[in-house]
Amino acid sequence: MHMDMEISKSVFRPVIGTDGHAKVQVTDLAVYYGKFRALKEINLTILEKKITAIIGPSGCGKSTLLRSFNRMNDLTPGCRMHGEILLDGENVLSPGMDVVSIRRRVGMVFQRPNPFPKSIFDNVAYGPRLYGIHRKADLEGIVENSLKASALWNEVKDKLNQSGLSLSGGQQQRLCIARALAVEPEVILMDEPASALDPISTLKIEELMQELKKNYTIVIVTHNMQQAARVSDFTGMMMIDETRAGHLIEYDATNTIFTRPKDKRTEDYVTGRFG
Amino acid sequence: MRKTFETEIQQLKDELLLLGSMVEQQVFGSVEALKKRDLDASRRIQQMDEQINAKRYAIEEQVMIVIATQQPMAHDLRLLASILEVSGELERMGDYAKGIATVNIRMGDQPLLKPLIDVPRMAQKSVDMLHRALTAFVNEDAQAARSIPAEDDEVDGLYTQIYHELMMFVIQDPKTIERANWLLWVAHNLERLADRVTNICERTVFIATGELKELETTGIKD
Repeated sequence: MHMDMEISKSVFRPVIGTDGHAKVQVTDLAVYYGKFRALKEINLTILEKKITAIIGPSGCGKSTLLRSFNRMNDLTPGCRMHGEILLDGENVLSPGMDVVSIRRRVGMVFQRPNPFPKSIFDNVAYGPRLYGIHRKADLEGIVENSLKASALWNEVKDKLNQSGLSLSGGQQQRLCIARALAVEPEVILMDEPASALDPISTLKIEELMQELKKNYTIVIVTHNMQQAARVSDFTGMMMIDETRAGHLIEYDATNTIFTRPKDKRTEDYVTGRFG
Repeated sequence: MRKTFETEIQQLKDELLLLGSMVEQQVFGSVEALKKRDLDASRRIQQMDEQINAKRYAIEEQVMIVIATQQPMAHDLRLLASILEVSGELERMGDYAKGIATVNIRMGDQPLLKPLIDVPRMAQKSVDMLHRALTAFVNEDAQAARSIPAEDDEVDGLYTQIYHELMMFVIQDPKTIERANWLLWVAHNLERLADRVTNICERTVFIATGELKELETTGIKD
């Protein structure tokens, strides 16, 4: 236990080989579901315009951590969060924080593509309309730019009025990314964004992520370690302790995590001997 | 967990040890043939080198297959990358033995300039180092691997001794220069072989610790 504390304080803070801007700064984060402590002692810096992957065995709290960043956990009854998550210096967890504004700044893409049963256009325009944009020309511009940024425009530009549900799984996921981009977020959270997709669609999403990181900060949770190795700049490895509380056991440049991790448990996990 | 993969790794290690023992035999055989001036034996050594090359390629191909099918990470990836490197080192060591065989054949009917004493000692010492280095490699024993490179000094010492001795012959009778040069070539091959043992030791430390850096040897003192 004591060692965990030491590691989380000393090793996870500095980020190796970069001097980027700390977009999200997590300090001593703990998350409870009722009496159950799901996450403990999370200390982590997410760098701006980088891709950070969170890996670890099932049930280790990866998604809970991800959902803390935009207060999605608030939607779970009995959930409490302690500690601090600074988004550009502002504490996301502070009670006075406008949750709607946080979720605009920190967008999310889920495991299963979940387009609304609306047209492709309306799916992308949904967020901007919610935030008060109603001029047709403005919405058209936003929809086109978002679909271009999500590498879907060429495939759908002639059928924007068709239902989002008429698209293939991979296209639906890119539509969901376009929908997230339409409200101009700063951070994009991706929870297993490709696990329901075929290999080609998966590669398209991964390529897209490389494009998106030029403008956005991305945090991805994935079970697929090859994917984490392929797409991310930094990787955090999570595990549960004896009380089943998830915590971060190692955080480093992705190249280091997958070639010479420091923690034996990370080694066992990435080499497929555990988890 | 990952039983198939573990088996594949073990097979590769076994193949690497086999390649190592082929090289050891070649080194001893090439020096022995030179000592006895047995040209047929040297020709067999030359032919045998092709089997070493073939085995090295087979190992390389198998490593590629394991990488492609098992997607190794971390320690496993370091091990596989190192097996590639070490199989290359062994193949080059085989070339040194072949080079010694070539010297014997090129010497034809010229007698040895002097009886071979230090050259077999060099061969003995460098093969002994190689053997222990490969054992440390397959056992991933970084401690053993770190202790071996320092022994290269002994091989370098023998080389320097042979060099001075041969130079004395040449100074006393310049007509011996060609025969002296043949033997110097042989000693040089053995000296290089021992140097390459250090590379194997470096890979062992890399596999065990993730640290990739040169291990210190004192080098040739002139």
